[in-house]
Amino acid sequence: MSREEMDALARERLVGIARGWYDQMRDGIVPFIRLPTRTKRNIAYDDASEVWKYGEKESTRAAANEKGAVHLLKMAYLIGFLKQQLVENRSSTLRELYYISEGWKKAKFAAQDESNLLIEDLEIITEVQREAFHLRPEEDGASIFGSLRIRETTRRGVKEMHCQDDVGEAGYPIPNNVDNLEFVDHDAKFVIAIETGGMYARLMENGFDEEYGAILVHLKGQPARSTRRVLRKLNDSLGLPVVVFTDGDPWSYRIYASVAYGSIKSAHMSELLATPQAQFIGVQPSDISDYNLPSDHLTEQDISALKAELTDPRFATDYWRNQINLQLEMKVKSEQQAFASRGLDFVTKEYLPKRLSEMGVI
Amino acid sequence: MVLAEDLAKQQRSISVAEFFEKNKHLLGFDSPTRGIITTIKEAVDNALDACEEAEVLPDIFVGIRKVDAEVYRITVEDNGPGIVPENVPLVFGKLLYGSRFHQIRQSRGQQGIGISAAVLYAQLTTGTPARVVSRTGAKALAHRFELMIKTETNEPEIVSHEEIDWDRTHGTRIEIQFKSTLAAKKRLVDYLRLTAIVNPHARITADIDGEVTTFERVTSEVPPCPKSILPHPHGIEFGALKRIAAASTGTVDEFLVGSFSRVGKKTADEMIALAKLKPSRKVNKLESDELKRLLDAMQAVKVPAPPAQQCLSPIGEDLICKGLEKEIQLDFIKARTRPSTVYGGHSFIIEAAIGYGGKIPPEGNAQIFRFANRVPLLYQQGACAITNCVSQVNWKSYGLSQQGLPTGPALIMVHVASTNVPFTSESKDAVASIPEIEREVVLVLQELGRELKSYLSRRDKKKQQDDRARAICSIIPEIAVKVSEIVELPLVDTSPIEGKIMRKIVAKKRTNNGQVHIDVNNYTAREVTFVLYNLSRDAAADADPRPDFVDDIDGEYNKVWRCTLGAGEAWQVVYTGAGDGSLDLRGVEDGMKVVVDLDV
Repeated sequence: MSREEMDALARERLVGIARGWYDQMRDGIVPFIRLPTRTKRNIAYDDASEVWKYGEKESTRAAANEKGAVHLLKMAYLIGFLKQQLVENRSSTLRELYYISEGWKKAKFAAQDESNLLIEDLEIITEVQREAFHLRPEEDGASIFGSLRIRETTRRGVKEMHCQDDVGEAGYPIPNNVDNLEFVDHDAKFVIAIETGGMYARLMENGFDEEYGAILVHLKGQPARSTRRVLRKLNDSLGLPVVVFTDGDPWSYRIYASVAYGSIKSAHMSELLATPQAQFIGVQPSDISDYNLPSDHLTEQDISALKAELTDPRFATDYWRNQINLQLEMKVKSEQQAFASRGLDFVTKEYLPKRLSEMGVI
Repeated sequence: MVLAEDLAKQQRSISVAEFFEKNKHLLGFDSPTRGIITTIKEAVDNALDACEEAEVLPDIFVGIRKVDAEVYRITVEDNGPGIVPENVPLVFGKLLYGSRFHQIRQSRGQQGIGISAAVLYAQLTTGTPARVVSRTGAKALAHRFELMIKTETNEPEIVSHEEIDWDRTHGTRIEIQFKSTLAAKKRLVDYLRLTAIVNPHARITADIDGEVTTFERVTSEVPPCPKSILPHPHGIEFGALKRIAAASTGTVDEFLVGSFSRVGKKTADEMIALAKLKPSRKVNKLESDELKRLLDAMQAVKVPAPPAQQCLSPIGEDLICKGLEKEIQLDFIKARTRPSTVYGGHSFIIEAAIGYGGKIPPEGNAQIFRFANRVPLLYQQGACAITNCVSQVNWKSYGLSQQGLPTGPALIMVHVASTNVPFTSESKDAVASIPEIEREVVLVLQELGRELKSYLSRRDKKKQQDDRARAICSIIPEIAVKVSEIVELPLVDTSPIEGKIMRKIVAKKRTNNGQVHIDVNNYTAREVTFVLYNLSRDAAADADPRPDFVDDIDGEYNKVWRCTLGAGEAWQVVYTGAGDGSLDLRGVEDGMKVVVDLDV
């Protein structure tokens, strides 16, 4: 779809929401809008796309009380602003948007969370991504290192570079708009997405990318949308298997889940963001005992997060149930760098090759 | 043996005064801070009791003056009947001297320890005598005494006694000086406030180091003074029975009928038969085991409850509410007085009240006010049966949150009125747990809880309606403006929504660029005549239509329009102004109208 077509579609969909309200009010109906319920209880596995999407449950937001009315008022102001932005061919960041609402009186946002959520609501209703509203994410994407040649359309023209030869130690930084990115060629067997910077550096230092033909992707904690889109694109267009390497604690499993299954917050875009084929490589709770890794005790929050995961449909597999129950029994967690206790090369020489061959990746 | 003789030399009896001198805490004199409150409490209790007996409206003055670094002079003066001069030294200078100990009726004081204990405390800490002035009537002169207590013998020592002139025609004044501090000043004021709440017929003036507070009375009716009654057969113990039997000259049946309440000939015969005694036996000739049998029989036979109306003096629902409202600003208040009932032969009545909102702190535990025989209980809240009952009630089902005690802007008051309030100790801080009393307290709190719940749900419903009205009359029009702008169509009219949803008379005020618009829409199905009041600083000289009446008070204009609107009709007034002030619509019942000030 061309940029013009995309703009027209986004504008039409946004104005469509307002038109719905206009008609409701003209007919003497208190304006309302329906949205899927955005909780983990309302995400369902979609067989066709192999990702988790919102289910059937819907909630209605109506202007029948002050809170609901203010909510719709804010949404109306937001739609008005985005429409104007599309008309004038301008763009803004989420943060700027939050500040712009300063002059909206009753429709002013109380915090940026609120405007972010409203944008997500609009993405869900219009089935158009926020980028189409000319909204730029300000979270920076993470970085890539490995045998991959890319072509990026930047504001200063088209650039082509190799993610091993043409970049420094930090790797190639993933841009915000992945649509401007093209993979030219590669010499890799798989992609390994890594939660922490320490482990990313360890793999690079040990030459893991060259030895095993790996593309290293640093997730920087919970990955940004652009990072997740790149992983999906590497898997989709290059057919490379993706493995996810995180710490061995409940929060890290959620990082894996958002890569592989899609996140609850952005379940409406799972098809673009999630990589259903992504596999979890570790740290598995069983590794903690198998390799006798140094560990910390689980905190109260860790335990309740693990218990919450047991009721999360995305973790409803035998593998995860076994691992999570095992961890609840052991009551400990380990970081991915705990492997260093067995020597600096242990992770690249022993652990990863063994796991990768077990998983059939190498 | 020598040892025993040595020991015997050291063994001697101790007087009650000596005992309490060493055990001040038993009477509430554990610390200098507490001493001041206890002293005032005892003196005020006596003053109120005396006024009630004489059926005069209590007018009580409490003075606290710092005399020296650590010494305070406490003065309590009342307009009671006064005390005859012969008795003054005994009342104030002898522990366990009093008029109420042998009587069965509701009264604040019982054993006659309190005020003389304060005198004792004074001479212990400063060595100064207590000064008492009392006058029994207009015809008598006032008598002034300076008194101390001989602790070894528990007898009063009159330091001086003279007749003086006094501007009061009757009453008693006591001045005591002792070592203390005013650290608990707030508590003291609280105590006086609480006393005023449960004695709504009393005026209490407090002068604390020059700072004067008056707790005004809310009623000028003196509560009837409780009459003493005969002991109830179920409330008597063996020792007491033996003593009154020994002092009696009649036969057993005469004794039972004449010395106990609610015992008639038939009941007496039943008791005597059960005790296997001859009715004609002289009661003072009965053997111990016969008395024991008689006591068992007395307690086995069913006897109606003692005559509570006569011996108790509950405050009453109306006066409890008035008393509380006068001292504490509340949004809601409800009081209940339970019917009288009985434990172990002692009559009691539970009264309680629940207050909500207003100036009560919204956070933390609900305030609990405990009272026994119109006296506030200040200390040992945790040990008190009343507190225990409050936490037993499931307040969550009545709309209050609860963590043991209920929390939130609530106030719970419980008053136990009894011929014999079961305290946990002599300092009378906490009510002991007696199942019969606890049952009554829980019941009354549940009754009040239901009242609170219905108030809260009414309030919530009203809030919800207001919320809805605000949304529909103020925010939806703004949505309409924005939405019309986005879709590039003429402004959509939202009055159909208003009419459909509200089905009421809707009055709206909105100020725009110095123009005040007031709209009234009749969305009901019938004609209404309303009166619109708009109070603001705007003179509205250019109002169209002109107000029917304008009232100017100190630069505030109350503009009044009167109008009749048919079903579905609308009315509007516009004038130049700032649009502050308020809007009120009258002549329409509350449930049928919505007034929205869109400028707020």
